[in-house]
Amino acid sequence: MHRLDPRGKIVVAGLFAVLMAVSKSYVAPLAGLALALICLALARLPLKKVIARLLAVNSFIFFLWFVLPLTYPGDVVWHFGPLSATRQGLVFTGLITLKSNAIIIALIALVATVPIVTLGQAMHDLRLPDKLCHLLLFTYRYLYVFEQEYHRLVQAMKIRGFQPRTDLHTYRSYAYLAAMLLVRSYDRADRVFQAMLCRGFHGVFYSLRTFSWQRRDGIFVMMAMVALAELLYLEWRMPNLL
Amino acid sequence: MHISEGVLSPAVLGGGAALAVVGCAIGLKKLDYEAIPRVAILSAAFFVASLIHVPVGPVGAHLVLNGLMGLLLGWMAFPAILIALFLQALLFQFGGLTVLGVNTVTMAAPAVICFYAYRGLLRRQGMPAAMAAFACGVTGILLSGLLVATALITTGQAFLQVAELVLLAHIPVMIIEGIITLFIFRFLKKVRPEMLEGIYA
Repeated sequence: MHRLDPRGKIVVAGLFAVLMAVSKSYVAPLAGLALALICLALARLPLKKVIARLLAVNSFIFFLWFVLPLTYPGDVVWHFGPLSATRQGLVFTGLITLKSNAIIIALIALVATVPIVTLGQAMHDLRLPDKLCHLLLFTYRYLYVFEQEYHRLVQAMKIRGFQPRTDLHTYRSYAYLAAMLLVRSYDRADRVFQAMLCRGFHGVFYSLRTFSWQRRDGIFVMMAMVALAELLYLEWRMPNLL
Repeated sequence: MHISEGVLSPAVLGGGAALAVVGCAIGLKKLDYEAIPRVAILSAAFFVASLIHVPVGPVGAHLVLNGLMGLLLGWMAFPAILIALFLQALLFQFGGLTVLGVNTVTMAAPAVICFYAYRGLLRRQGMPAAMAAFACGVTGILLSGLLVATALITTGQAFLQVAELVLLAHIPVMIIEGIITLFIFRFLKKVRPEMLEGIYA
């Protein structure tokens, strides 16, 4: 799975996500979820981490479960004091949960396993705007630098006995923390740009790594296309539940 | 607030994506090659700053700072926010690929609007500038909450209550963003005024 050409994986994941997002019946998302799980198994990721990630990501979905079944118009199936859940509401929320998780699992298995640097290069090869790819690579490069910077600043605050509360002092301190991060980023950007000029940068990143499209990539994309076509067929044939 | 995958209707997703493409095209057009490191490093800092959790009574809210981002970056906030959300989708799986367009518009459009609405006042001294900085933080979140609610309601009337709750949740965040944006603006004006030159251009 990880040796596949990232360009193929990006395209397949994108098409899959779009197909899932537009489907209206239960059948295609169920089949999609199964496919996504197969990809996840092939990617051999640590299961515990993936599950923890999925739970965190589903917070918006949990929130929907609390509201949608109770407010969706339809036949009441369940009473709880003044609250009542409708069948249509439950079906609809279930569908959203299914679609959402199918897409997320596919994304984890196919795209999140590609290093961002490789991804930037692959996006460049897929004819995305130059400046956008540069922006992605640079932002990612300095993300962890500023995360460390942030932790250093927070540590300095803690050493001085800072305790967050709901008051103006806390908000001011956090504002200055954020502002200091921005100031440091501004100064660093200057130094980085000068260093790049010194080394003769003229708007192109050269990479020693080139992608080679191999037979296994062709097979993967072919199989993925067949699977996507089948999903499309299922979606078209199956009745709408709502 | 990010909308998850699988919630919105295809029409809303498509509309959001189209608007995001237009916004990013304008932003990239205004972005010189020389400014790329500056904008990218600034958006990395914004990304990290948005991880700061601020206590609001018993619960916490994280900073968004899209109003401030608009002030510092103008139209370039569009590609910067797109990249930040893309990274967030890849690194933490928050948001997602198909909702990337909608989420970019709900965050970046208020940023650009804040830039044009408040830069006149922000050039002044004293009270008017402080009020404008506060209003900038408030407006950024308010508009973004309204856009999220609009995206949900145009998907289906069933989301009416969800949209109302989302808007309600934005109210405390709005005020805190206003206060924090005000303090950051005053700090930057004192410490590194050249960072604010975008509003004088």
